[in-house]
Amino acid sequence: MFAYYLQLAVRSLKRNKALTALMVMTIAFGVAASMTTWSVFRAVSGDPIPSKSSELFVPQIDNWGPARLGPKGQPPDALDYTDAVNLMRAHRAKYQSAMYAIGPLIVPPKAGQHPFSVSGEAVFSEFFPMLDAPFQYGGPWSAKDDTQRARVVVISSKLNDKLFGGIDSVGKTINIGGNDYTVSGVLDHWNPQPRYYDLTNNATFNSKGQGVFIPFNTAIAVSQANQGSTNCYAPPSQPGFVGLQHSECSWISFMVELDGASQVAAYQQFMDGYARQQQSMGRFSWPPNNRLRGLPAWLAHEHVVSGDVTTSLLVAWGLLIVCLVNTAGLLLAKFLRRSGEIGVRRALGASRREIYTQFLIEAGVIGLAGGVFGLLLTGLGVLGIGLVMPQSVAELAHVNVSLLGLTLLLAIVVTALAGLYPTFRAAHVQPAWQLKTN
Amino acid sequence: MSMPPILTALRKHKSGVVLISLQIALTLAIVCNAVFIIAHRIERVNRPTGLNESNLILVQQQWVGAPTGNDQASLDKLDSMQLADLAALRQLPGVTDVAPVNSLPLLQSAWQGAISLKPHIQIGDKSSYDRVAFYLTNQNGLKTLGLKLVAGRNFRPEDVTHASFRGVMQNSPVLMITQALAHKLFPQGKALGQTVYLDGKSQPSRVIGIVARMQTPNVGPVASTFAWSSAILPKRYNGFFSMYAVRTQPGQMHAVMKAIKPALYKVDPMRVMGDGDVQSFATIRAAAYQKDIGMAILMGVISLILIGVTGAGIVGLTSFWVGQRHKQIGVRRALGARKVDILRYFQTENLIIAGLGAVLGIVLAVGLNLVLMRHIAMQRLPIWVVLAGVVLVLILGQLAVFVPARRASRVSPASAVRSV
Repeated sequence: MFAYYLQLAVRSLKRNKALTALMVMTIAFGVAASMTTWSVFRAVSGDPIPSKSSELFVPQIDNWGPARLGPKGQPPDALDYTDAVNLMRAHRAKYQSAMYAIGPLIVPPKAGQHPFSVSGEAVFSEFFPMLDAPFQYGGPWSAKDDTQRARVVVISSKLNDKLFGGIDSVGKTINIGGNDYTVSGVLDHWNPQPRYYDLTNNATFNSKGQGVFIPFNTAIAVSQANQGSTNCYAPPSQPGFVGLQHSECSWISFMVELDGASQVAAYQQFMDGYARQQQSMGRFSWPPNNRLRGLPAWLAHEHVVSGDVTTSLLVAWGLLIVCLVNTAGLLLAKFLRRSGEIGVRRALGASRREIYTQFLIEAGVIGLAGGVFGLLLTGLGVLGIGLVMPQSVAELAHVNVSLLGLTLLLAIVVTALAGLYPTFRAAHVQPAWQLKTN
Repeated sequence: MSMPPILTALRKHKSGVVLISLQIALTLAIVCNAVFIIAHRIERVNRPTGLNESNLILVQQQWVGAPTGNDQASLDKLDSMQLADLAALRQLPGVTDVAPVNSLPLLQSAWQGAISLKPHIQIGDKSSYDRVAFYLTNQNGLKTLGLKLVAGRNFRPEDVTHASFRGVMQNSPVLMITQALAHKLFPQGKALGQTVYLDGKSQPSRVIGIVARMQTPNVGPVASTFAWSSAILPKRYNGFFSMYAVRTQPGQMHAVMKAIKPALYKVDPMRVMGDGDVQSFATIRAAAYQKDIGMAILMGVISLILIGVTGAGIVGLTSFWVGQRHKQIGVRRALGARKVDILRYFQTENLIIAGLGAVLGIVLAVGLNLVLMRHIAMQRLPIWVVLAGVVLVLILGQLAVFVPARRASRVSPASAVRSV
């Protein structure tokens, strides 16, 4: 029976090619627009570290006070040097790291090669196990290296390719900003998007990835300047990088790993205790006003998914609804035009159920054709999204099997929905009335 | 032409009427908002920065092994390196002016702060100060950037000082501000010669010049609240990096851009200049507004698809109705209706349906606008956009219905009796 209905559907669709083409195109455009914008939304709103996002937290400490924070009272997004160092020293989480973005120069070992700048991050050794950073060679430096301000470095695989031709370079030295550093590990193509660990000092999305990671304390010791944002309520009272370290300016990102609700509550308590202690020492003249946001809440707080992406998605889904309504109208016209034919079939003994089957199959064929054509348009859309969205975001949108499958499925579901009411009407055609009028 | 027969006929096609009006309503709602977004983005992109943007180049570089100390000797050394660079750039054929800068409008890297009429402001108390973006340059800055001085005077060489990039904001006895900032600070006028305080410090600064317009470096939603509040300070900052603005003679920009890197490497090879470190202002502008232009294009494409789909949908459904009413049309024609009466009948019918859709569409447009306002910087939909949208969907309906309606008008009166 299915093959017969399929044959009927194809014959009916061939009868009015323009109308069929219109319906197929409508479905294809609607599905392609929504899937293209969704592919971008999916890419930017995805969980950057699914295995651990529920265990990573960003502490914020109010070292500014209500008078400076204004009516909203949100503590600064980053920490000042004093609080960052104190939280590291207290070491209350399973893993924790203070960090700041750097842009040091690398002087290649071979003579005649120009120095080049590379983006990087000054972090603690716990940064790597906390974020599950994969290593190609070697590993993180030790906690002892942190305290001894050792000149050690973890480099990206890309920088390893550039400097050492991709060999195991652990133990070799690199000149960074005029100082020699020993390579302790080479990361294995690690560039999480968004760069969730330090959103305040980095572009949210960046396909280039960071090249070097050096110990935080070493970076401070060699006065490796910070890149990114520095937020002050008053200019530092002392000059230079040391002045910044003695100021209440916020410029250091911080992340901790906490397993389970009890650890989270304990850390929150520790932070409030710390703030009260600072209050009693006279540094803060206000009660504790801290935040401990989990990674997903932090990503939302930092507006990782831009309003433009959300708006495009909403508008494209609106387009899809219009396409659905449009197809419903056209199918209704198409089906009811065949009221006579339906009347004859019903009079000859076809049940309502059979009419339902026949017309839903016809709608399904349109959906399938729209889906196939929509796949093509979605592919083109994802390829062309770089023309209308920032490169760093557009690069993240990919055509993959799940996107293609969903496109096809969406097309069929939308057409079936559009076909429901017209089919219902077709199945309730009164045979007697049709036979009488003709 | 009387209305009741049309209304009676519409009542017989309730579902078709509902579907088309719903489609028109949704189209109106989405197109209104999309067009409003497009208009807003175009307006943003077309804002003049206040600079003479043609023949303007920005050079960025950093030194390798430059002094990192904060002592006067290190700063003097860094400053002499910067002056040597400026002199070398000035010597290049085709260059008319060169100035050290810390940022440029649209560069999206800003030194932002507070400007106030009193010292010691509280940054939580937004009424005590205005937000401002600081530009640091020397006496050549105005000419190099092509800014227009409307009152007062430019910096003199003796006004210009230098300091570490981390303390450069300290103590600026004189400054220039934009006219917009002058109006904000001194609504009664007479900003020239007045005293202001920067970043809540106790040292006063005197306004010696007012420039017509200079946009701030950032283009994001927060920065847009003080897009024209710029202050220009007579400073060279000393650090391991520096930035120069270069103005060239017309037609010489590309040649100068090619010559800049070799010239600077000749002065001092121990420096790093990447691929994007010599860029024209046009490149900076394109990068700053890429998102806005892209969003405008995307909204435009979606609107066009929507209008196309809805128009085609009306053609399709009306064609069906024409076919279905073939016999009735024949009867009307046989009873004396002219061709134009049939044409008007379908056009009026569409006007009623589109009108119903438009009424619902206005409600949906305002609703969608409220939803989108939560996601992007977007104002209330102005009434003219909604009315323009209503006119647009009514015209769209009339155009779409014309082809099937004309076919209906050609139905022969004889068909009233033929099919029996």
